[in-house]
Amino acid sequence: MTEATLPIRNTQGPDGAAPRGAIRLEGISRVFGGGIVAVDQIDLDIRAGEFFTLLGPSGCGKTTLLRMIAGFETPDTGRILISGREMQNVPPHKRAVNTVFQSYALFPHLSVAENIGFGLRMRGVAKAERLARTEQIMALLQIDAFARRNPAQLSGGQRQRVALARALVNEPEVVLLDEPLSALDAKLRAELQVELMRMQKRLGMTFIFVTHDQHEALVMSDRIAVMERGRMLQVGPVLDVYEQPRSVFVAEFLGLSNIWKFTPRPGNVAETALGALAINTRIDTQRTAMIRPEKIWLYPEADAPRDRPNTFPGVVREAIYMGASTQYNVELPGGAIVLALDTNNQAAERSWGPGERVVLELKPGNIMLIDG
Amino acid sequence: MQGRAERTERLARAWRLWMTAGPGLFWIVIFLLLPSLILLGIGFFSIGNYGNPHLPLSLEPFREVAGYSILGWSPDNIATILRSLLQAVSAAGLTILLAYPVVFFIVTQPPALRPLLLLFVILPSWTNQVVRTYAWMELLGPGSALSHLAQNAGLIPPHLGLMPGILAMQIGLTYNYLPYMVVPLYAAAEKLDWSLVEAGRDLYASGRRLFWSAVFPQTIPGLLSGIILVAIPAFGDYVVPTLLGGGKSMMIGSLIASQFLDTPNWPYGAALTIFMLIFTCAGLIVFRVMSKRLGSSEGSMI
Repeated sequence: MTEATLPIRNTQGPDGAAPRGAIRLEGISRVFGGGIVAVDQIDLDIRAGEFFTLLGPSGCGKTTLLRMIAGFETPDTGRILISGREMQNVPPHKRAVNTVFQSYALFPHLSVAENIGFGLRMRGVAKAERLARTEQIMALLQIDAFARRNPAQLSGGQRQRVALARALVNEPEVVLLDEPLSALDAKLRAELQVELMRMQKRLGMTFIFVTHDQHEALVMSDRIAVMERGRMLQVGPVLDVYEQPRSVFVAEFLGLSNIWKFTPRPGNVAETALGALAINTRIDTQRTAMIRPEKIWLYPEADAPRDRPNTFPGVVREAIYMGASTQYNVELPGGAIVLALDTNNQAAERSWGPGERVVLELKPGNIMLIDG
Repeated sequence: MQGRAERTERLARAWRLWMTAGPGLFWIVIFLLLPSLILLGIGFFSIGNYGNPHLPLSLEPFREVAGYSILGWSPDNIATILRSLLQAVSAAGLTILLAYPVVFFIVTQPPALRPLLLLFVILPSWTNQVVRTYAWMELLGPGSALSHLAQNAGLIPPHLGLMPGILAMQIGLTYNYLPYMVVPLYAAAEKLDWSLVEAGRDLYASGRRLFWSAVFPQTIPGLLSGIILVAIPAFGDYVVPTLLGGGKSMMIGSLIASQFLDTPNWPYGAALTIFMLIFTCAGLIVFRVMSKRLGSSEGSMI
């Protein structure tokens, strides 16, 4: 790989107040015709140089929010500050923001190099500099071999790189990515996820990434915001949002989970469908308990730990082999089904089939309490 | 056994092919190919006493097309051809200028309304061309309000009308062929990829530059179809130049017609027609090559 480097121009903003590439949304709302509230009173701070992901199901408003930052949509209420400057009424061609579109939106009548140089040409950058910068970014993304080709002659992954290069070459304050990997096959997608993340760290630009794929969000982001019905349910570092979801929706949207309603009992005990669960944290107003399937320990019936809390015998009803791990649906005597994930590091010695008896351990420290 | 099954299958395939393609082929052969061949034949005869084709065979009609006659060479025919060409080009140019705003107006309306608006553009072309051209004669004739305006403004001498003349003819042609430009352009504009327009805006283009970089290239297939649909009929148009153009500006369509109607000279008329056919075909081929080089021929209709 050629070690081409781009000058990183991530310095202070115009007045020194907000750093270049920081974004602040204040009370942003957007209502479409027919009274559909796409985005509902969102406040958000995105730090300069951060890989930030908007995650949510389709129709949650994440794309609308991204389009408002790009300038394709105008918010009905609220302010958008990019690098400290108010931008909600500035048209897209005057924003130092570039978008990587879901469909790539490459100009079919222009070659790869012309596509990439388009933004620089529109901004009136001199030809020599334009060519130099285009070549530099093409080398960085390893697409220099296709410079003279038309987009129609490229594969999906190559087009994706061209679309990314076309945005990055302008050295924008913020790069917006609207599900840019959704059209690619799984392997290429995984490759590009890592590459995109590396590119972002290297250039130090703010990336705002929109996706409905929780796995993608977990892999790539510094912080994520989970959205539903135009609202932000939870914003935070990936680990926090995954490990400590604050709502059932977030817990279920980000990966697999076991969720039970409970009634509090004295001594930090939660009465659930499984039976009494010992909890580490103090039970306050929360009435829902959650545990991730991979945080549940499985034992053969013979050597189950007898002296620890939260151990439950059960029968395996389904074993779904997924390569690296196996997912077990275990039925407890009361009829409750528990989802448990076991890594297959010792698959030969330790795996169970349907009908076999196992013992589950739900360590108190791994049980999270959720409001509502 | 197997050979026989194969043969039946082949026969059945041939039967299906002739059943489906046959009627159309029959039509083309009887009403297009044969007449053209007859015309081609007539072009190689001498002229008889009544303008009818007569033996011996001769190349005289084609010499006549090139401008030679008993009076020597005259540039009149070349002028006529150039005039017709100019008329075709300007008709195409004017319809393009008129069609783009109309098409983009329609495309930006709610989808339910678009077919109706398009219908308004197409509707006039469902009435007879002669009738519509007569209407323009009324509008542009010496006694018309428009002519009075032009007279008062000193654009034309008093007592004369805007019609007959080149201007009236151009108006008539543009009016007549506008739907043929609007429809293919509309087809291209309706499936316009607006994400490219957004990409253009995202990459600092706006206004005119946005149109030329993100919108116009997408309409080229429709534009090329439109040019062909307008320019070819306008090149050989007979009704409009005859009714609105007057005697001073002879067009190739009128020239051919007069060889069969006014002072009959069938072989000359046939030779002119064949020349026009070849000229048009050559033009089409050049156009096709050019549009292929533009890299947008795939959507073009012809």
